Amino acid sequence: MNWSWETFFDALPLVASGLGITIGLTIASYLFALIFGFVWVFLRRIPFKPISWTVTWIMEFIRSTPPLVQLFFIYFAWPVVPYVGMTLDPFTSAVLGLGLHFSTYIGEVYRSGIEGVDKGQWEASTALNYSLYDKWTKIILPQAVPPTIPMLGNYLIILFKEVPLASTIGVVGILHMAQSYGSQYWAYLEPLTIVGILFLILSYPSAILISKLEKRMNRRFDKKAALSSTQKGTVV
Amino acid sequence: MFLQSLRKPDWVSFPSKYKGVIKINVIAEVFPDLMRGLGVTVSVLIASAFFGYLMAFIAGLCRLSNNIVLRKFTGFYIEVFRGTSLIVQLFWLYYAVPMLFGIELGSNWWIGVIAIALNYGAYMSEIVRGSILAVAKGQTEAATALNMSSFQRMRLIILPQAVRMMLPEFGNYLIQMLKATSLVYLIGLNDIFYYGNILRSNDLSMAPTVYLLVLLFYFILALPLIFLVRKAESISKKGVAS
Amino acid sequence: MTEPIVEFKDIHKSFGDVKVLKGIDLNIKPAEKIAVIGPSGSGKTTIIRMLMTLEVPTSGDIIVDGVNLWKMEKNGKMVKANEKHLREVRGDIGMVFQHFNLFPHMTILENCMTAPIHVKKEDKEEARERSIQMLEKVGLGDKLDNYPNQLSGGQKQRVAMARALVMRPKIMLFDEVTSALDPELVGEVLEVIRDIAKEGEMAMVLVTHEMDFALDVADKVLFLDEGVIAEEGTASEVIEHSKNERLQSFLHRFRS
Ligand SMILES: Nc1ncnc2c1ncn2[C@@H]1O[C@H](COP(=O)(O)OP(=O)(O)OP(=O)(O)O)[C@@H](O)[C@H]1O
Ligand SMILES: [Mg+2]
Repeated sequence: MNWSWETFFDALPLVASGLGITIGLTIASYLFALIFGFVWVFLRRIPFKPISWTVTWIMEFIRSTPPLVQLFFIYFAWPVVPYVGMTLDPFTSAVLGLGLHFSTYIGEVYRSGIEGVDKGQWEASTALNYSLYDKWTKIILPQAVPPTIPMLGNYLIILFKEVPLASTIGVVGILHMAQSYGSQYWAYLEPLTIVGILFLILSYPSAILISKLEKRMNRRFDKKAALSSTQKGTVV
Repeated sequence: MFLQSLRKPDWVSFPSKYKGVIKINVIAEVFPDLMRGLGVTVSVLIASAFFGYLMAFIAGLCRLSNNIVLRKFTGFYIEVFRGTSLIVQLFWLYYAVPMLFGIELGSNWWIGVIAIALNYGAYMSEIVRGSILAVAKGQTEAATALNMSSFQRMRLIILPQAVRMMLPEFGNYLIQMLKATSLVYLIGLNDIFYYGNILRSNDLSMAPTVYLLVLLFYFILALPLIFLVRKAESISKKGVAS
Repeated sequence: MTEPIVEFKDIHKSFGDVKVLKGIDLNIKPAEKIAVIGPSGSGKTTIIRMLMTLEVPTSGDIIVDGVNLWKMEKNGKMVKANEKHLREVRGDIGMVFQHFNLFPHMTILENCMTAPIHVKKEDKEEARERSIQMLEKVGLGDKLDNYPNQLSGGQKQRVAMARALVMRPKIMLFDEVTSALDPELVGEVLEVIRDIAKEGEMAMVLVTHEMDFALDVADKVLFLDEGVIAEEGTASEVIEHSKNERLQSFLHRFRS
């Protein structure tokens, strides 16, 4: 065993200093995904087959190809795309890449929430002659949103664990810090262990919180299996 | 066939402003290079899926065991691997384990496979556990009434039904594992992504074409899996609960 | 007098703080047909589930063929039975459930064959042969390769009976086997039970709400109420001539 506490405490401040970036990137890409998720839902609801069909397959494409490659595409390839291309810094590239990838999952969550609203509710709101705006804000969304909250929380945790991918394009989060410490002193064991511990400390309690939340929601909305099936794993 | 249609003259003579986006004639050049990485990507996928499912069953069953030590230990494994990132685990196995124990884990191929299998095994063990618990209690009781042993109950009655329930999620995770194989590039394996990156570093202007093609490769590999999942969903709807 | 095949000796059973059975003494003789009646929640199901080893008694002994079911001797002391002991003793017992509990991933024939092959280690051909015979006997000889979800409730319950019968139990337990069925399907299932009962050699415990059927088939009827056997006697004694008030008000509900 070649474990050294000295190295551990030497590396700790440096590695931990990347925490701000890691968490910042998580939040930024999550917000991007939350917003862009709506775009997918909206596009898919366009009642013109070729469009909704194309959108469905684009989502499928983004979802079933590696986010790592997508990050490289945005970081390396986007700048050389003529006219629309532009050079993006690593952080922005990562926000776009991870955000876009996760937006396809978030879009599905929104959709399941909307489809989970009883059909009678739509008919009732039409029968009561609500305006389109009122129908959505007063009837549909108040019912569609709460059950999706645990799922959205789950995806936040999953996204958090995908964020270190961004170190490969130079985002200096905790993994990047650990790697640079490692290559500098040729000591990877302790800094990488610190990274693992930091992830565990942050994600494990959140996961417990989310599952508590989910149980409570399920009791309230009485929709057991249907929604908790998104206790899904990772997205990489 | 697809490529031939792309190589038609009228495609190539697009107005020059489109040419930069996807260099059509470059595809023919790039394609064979990427093909060289296909073997590694696919072999890593198959091996990590095999060991991942194996791990899922072992850990899932251990979680249901009466032995509290086994249960706690497996729980610890699952939480650690679900609580940290695959990429961190991969680097840990690659950089840290040799330093910790002074041993090499063998080839990088194996390190990649082990990392993916352990990570996804942890996630999928929860599916195994959940599906076994989801088999109706009456099934166990009927099997007991026929005087089956606990092993026979598991093998003949519970598992066949539980596996059917697992199939769609297992399929979904197979797609996730396919995506995860792209990480092995980071520990020096020559997979599709690796060759893509080589091409890009040779000529940056080819980057859009190269990466789109890489993504397309993954998508084409994922397509049969996507349909498999749909098939599995319809199978799993049949044949459970009487 | 013949030796009983099953004896309950002062059986108590609680779920948490709830005392469900408060001292059950009961003898079942070989080939005897016993009907158990009583209000919902009186513990009828619990009694036969303990005999089938699906529920552990809180105290008391159940003796099957002279052997203690839930306790075994170890180093001169009686200790809680292990899985192996239970397997040895419960081999003589079969059960049919209210909700069939057929194995959905197996055909009808496989449902019947699996236990003889794997539990009794019977030859596959022989098990198949006997299973087909049994399924023909319950009138399902033409459905061998169907899956349970392709059958009606009555058919499912008849398969469940065939499945239990191929194991040649000495005693069969029936837990309200008709109460999950549509009314028009009840008859076909009772018919099969009646046939089995007439053959005679097997002891049967029937938890049922079908009073006419109990009158017809049972040698003995037990009225279970508030955790004890409140009335016991021949079918006509209990169902037709009893003076027990609670029993009469219970029966009244089935006579209207
Ligand atoms: N596993 C259990 N956990 C807690 N309570 C139980 C359990 N099984 C049965 N009980 C309780 O024990 C009592 C007796 O149940 P049992 O099923 O034996 O009644 P029963 O006579 O078969 O009624 P029914 O005619 O409704 O089938 C009931 O009050 C029931 O709620
Ligand atoms: Mg009952």
